[in-house]
Amino acid sequence: MNAPVLQIRNLGIDFGGLTAVNNLNMEVHEHEIVGLIGPNGAGKTTVFNMLTKVYDPSRGTILLNGQDIARLDTVAVNKAGVARTFQNIRLFRNLSVLDNVKAGMNNQFVYSIADMLFHTRKRRSNEETIEEEALKLLRIFHLDELKDTEAGSLPYGAQRKLEIARALASEPKLLLLDEPAAGMNPQETEELMDMIRFVRDSFDICILLIEHDMNLVMNICERIYVLNYGMLLAKGSPEEIRSNDKVIKAYLGD
Amino acid sequence: MKKILDNLLHQKNRSRTISYAMIIGTYLIIEILMHSIRMSRLFTSMLVPCCCYIVLALSLNLVVGFSGELSLGHAGFMAVGAFTAIIVSGLCVQMIPDPIIRLFISIIAGSIVSGIAGLLVSVPVLKLSGDYLAIVTLAFGQIIKSLITNIYLGFDRNGMQFSFVNNELNLEQGRMLLSGPMGATDTAKISNFSSGVLLILATLFIIYSLIDSKYGRAIMAARDDRIAAESIGIDILRSKTLAFVTSAILAGAAGALYALNYSTLQPAKFDFNTSILALVYVVFGGLGNINGTIIAATALYVLPELLRSLQDYRMLIYAIVLIIVMQLGSSARLKRSLEQIRNRFARKGDVR
Repeated sequence: MNAPVLQIRNLGIDFGGLTAVNNLNMEVHEHEIVGLIGPNGAGKTTVFNMLTKVYDPSRGTILLNGQDIARLDTVAVNKAGVARTFQNIRLFRNLSVLDNVKAGMNNQFVYSIADMLFHTRKRRSNEETIEEEALKLLRIFHLDELKDTEAGSLPYGAQRKLEIARALASEPKLLLLDEPAAGMNPQETEELMDMIRFVRDSFDICILLIEHDMNLVMNICERIYVLNYGMLLAKGSPEEIRSNDKVIKAYLGD
Repeated sequence: MKKILDNLLHQKNRSRTISYAMIIGTYLIIEILMHSIRMSRLFTSMLVPCCCYIVLALSLNLVVGFSGELSLGHAGFMAVGAFTAIIVSGLCVQMIPDPIIRLFISIIAGSIVSGIAGLLVSVPVLKLSGDYLAIVTLAFGQIIKSLITNIYLGFDRNGMQFSFVNNELNLEQGRMLLSGPMGATDTAKISNFSSGVLLILATLFIIYSLIDSKYGRAIMAARDDRIAAESIGIDILRSKTLAFVTSAILAGAAGALYALNYSTLQPAKFDFNTSILALVYVVFGGLGNINGTIIAATALYVLPELLRSLQDYRMLIYAIVLIIVMQLGSSARLKRSLEQIRNRFARKGDVR
C-alpha cells in the first residue's frame, strides 16, 4: 500500500455536552479515493470541518504527511495541502467563474503590492500564468465557456464542479469533497465520476469524499469508512461494506 | 492601434475605459467652456469639492462595496488628510514657494498620515464585523473630529507650538495653523480643478489596479464567503486591512485637496453627516460599481448646490431616498426586472 498522506488519530469533538465525533481513526493513502459515508447526522461534515479547522477538535491529532495540522488555522491548513468543497455550496457568488478559480491560486503566485500598483513585468507574467492555469482547470470541468458568468447564477451542477476546480487551484495534496454529486442527475453524476478519477490521476492527489449517492461511492472509492453517531462503524473495500450487516442496519434500521 | 482599441473595449476592461473616458471627457469640456465663456462663480466653486467627493465616495466604495464592510467614519480619514495637508502646506510656504509642488507634497503627506490612521484603526476594528465594525468606525470619526476641534497649533521662529487648552499661544511673529473649533484660518488656496481631476484619475488607477489583481480577488472573495476564502488559503484579515488602508489613503488625499481649496476650514465640516453623505453616494452609485459611484457623487453633490433653496432639507431627502433605495433594492421583484433591463443592455453598454 502507498504511504499515508492523512492520518487521523483518536479525533473527537464536543459541542457543549454533546460528543459529535469520538475516537475516530482514519487514513488516506497516496493516490487513493476514499469514501466517508453514514446516515444523516453521523458527523461526516463535522470531520471535514475539523480537518480544515473550521472547528477545533477537542481531542486527537491530524497528521498530513507526518505534520500535525490540528493546531493550525484554516488558512495554514490549506497551505499545508488540504482543500475542500462544501455541502451547502460556498462559491464567491458575485465573482465570475474564472475569478473564482483565480482566487484559489492566491498563494500559488506571488507578487508584491508594489508590483500590483506599478504593473511590473512580474505582475503581468504572474497574472498571465494564473489566467492560463485557471482556464486549464475550467476546461477539465467543461466550464471554460462559462468563464465570464457570475458564479451565483450558474446551474447547480456547474456550481458543484466549480467548487472542485477552485479547491484544486490551491494545489492540494488532499482534496475533501463534501457531497459532490448532490443535486446532480444520473448523467451528470456519471460525468463527475470520470472527472474525479481524472483529477486524481492528473494532479496526483488523494481524495476523501462524503457522498450519499451509493452508486458513486461504490464505483470510485477504493476504501470506505462508515460513520454512525460520531463513531467509526466499519471500514473496508466497497464489497466488504456492501455486505456488512452493521452498515445495512445503520442505514435501513432493524 | 486596433489591438489597443480592442483591448480597451474588451468586456473586462470596458468599465475602466468608460471611467477614464468619462472623467477626461468631462474635464476637457469644462476646461474649454471655462476658457471660452464666463462661467458663474457658483459653478466654478463647485468643481474642486466635487472632485473631492468623487474620490471620497470611490474610496468608501472600496470598503463598503468591494470589501463588504460598513464604515461610518470616512469623514474622519478625510479630516486627518485635510488638517495634515493644512499643516504641511503652512509649514512649507517659505521652503517651497511653488504652489503646485506644495499641493502635491501636502496631498501625499495627508494621504500617508490618513493611511497610518487607517492602519491603526483597522487593527482593532477589522476583528469585528457587521454592525460592530460600523459602530467603531462611527466612533473613530467622532473622535477625530473632537480631537482636531481641541488642537491649537502655531509656529514661529522657535518652531511649532502646540496646545490642547491654550488658545493664546505665545507666538513671536508666527501664525496659527489650527485654532481649535475655528479650525484652519488663512490657508493658502492652492487646489485647482486640474489637480482634482488628476487625483480622481490616480484614484481610479489605484482602485482598478487593485481589484484586477490577486489582492483584489482576495478582497472580494473574503466579502462573498469568509469560510470558503479561508479554505483556499486567503488571509481574511490581511485582505480587509489592505482594502481599509487603501481606502483611508484615498480619503485622506480627498481631504487634503478639499482643505487646500478654502482659506478657512472648520473641523465640524467633517462630521457624521459627511460620512453619511459619502455612504449615500456609494449606495446610490451601487456597491462595487465604480462608474455609478462617480455619477452618483457628481449628481448628488451638484444638484443640491443648484437647488440651494432646498438645502435645509437635504439630509431629510437623502434619508428618505436612501430608505426607498434599500427597501426596493432588496425586493425580489425589482431585482428581477432590473436584471432583465440589465441583460437587455448587457451587450451594448457597461454593466459593471
